[in-house]
Amino acid sequence: MESLTNTIKSVPLNHYILLCSIIFSIGVMGVLLRRNAIIIFMSIELMLNSVNLLLTAFSVYHGDASGQVFVFFVMALAAAEVAVGLAIIVMIYRNTNSVDTNVLNRLKW
Amino acid sequence: MGIRYFVNINMNTFYFIAFLSIFFSILVITAKNPVHSILYLVLTFFTFTVHYILLNAQFLAVVNFIVYMGAILVLFLYTLMLINLNKDSEPVKSNMVKIAAVLGGGCLLVVLVGCLKQVGVADPVLLKDPGLGLVQNLGKVLFNEFLLPFEISSLLLLSAMVGAVLLATKDPKPKSV
Repeated sequence: MESLTNTIKSVPLNHYILLCSIIFSIGVMGVLLRRNAIIIFMSIELMLNSVNLLLTAFSVYHGDASGQVFVFFVMALAAAEVAVGLAIIVMIYRNTNSVDTNVLNRLKW
Repeated sequence: MGIRYFVNINMNTFYFIAFLSIFFSILVITAKNPVHSILYLVLTFFTFTVHYILLNAQFLAVVNFIVYMGAILVLFLYTLMLINLNKDSEPVKSNMVKIAAVLGGGCLLVVLVGCLKQVGVADPVLLKDPGLGLVQNLGKVLFNEFLLPFEISSLLLLSAMVGAVLLATKDPKPKSV
């Protein structure tokens, strides 16, 4: 384990921020590109995970364990969100027979 | 010299895994079949687990592995199985909308990277306390400072469970008003 703790010495913090912003932007693109509600949901999971990784990197950088505890709470929240969101998607499918987000245009002006 | 060699190998490991996470996350949003999309998401989350291990956050690595890859993505797969999507069920968007979406996401990325350039600090991520991400240390913080949020999150999970069951069950008979 001692060798493993030495492994990340040479990776700058900036590269972690860069990686996480790239993955976050990919998630945003996924939300804008796709019309399948499930894939939009998966893109949101991607964004949540990139922020989790960045929180962990900052937590290690500052030597403060609160960041990792926060990631734990975000994961609990994501589990609850997925359960409710997928139930809503199943409900939408039952009512409209598709998961296309363009079908749900009742509120469109 | 042996340690130096090892450090270099693992630095390259970070960049390799980072490349893999970006590659798989692009595949998630471009795959035509939703099942393939979910499988690519599993691979993306696996690379995230490797990132956590490289950061020596062992507790988070295990939780990410079990909760995300084990529970959440299986939930996604089951939902996909329940709603039985055909391959051509998703209509293609026009090219105009696709270009606009990629441009929007790219603008966000440019703004974020521009902010990062302004900061301009490139200190290496150095693990000061080797026991930082271990279960013992995190448990002490979780049950001392964050005891109340921890208990409240159980309430959140309970209400989410009740809400999901309530949403997903069919009405036995249509309500007559």
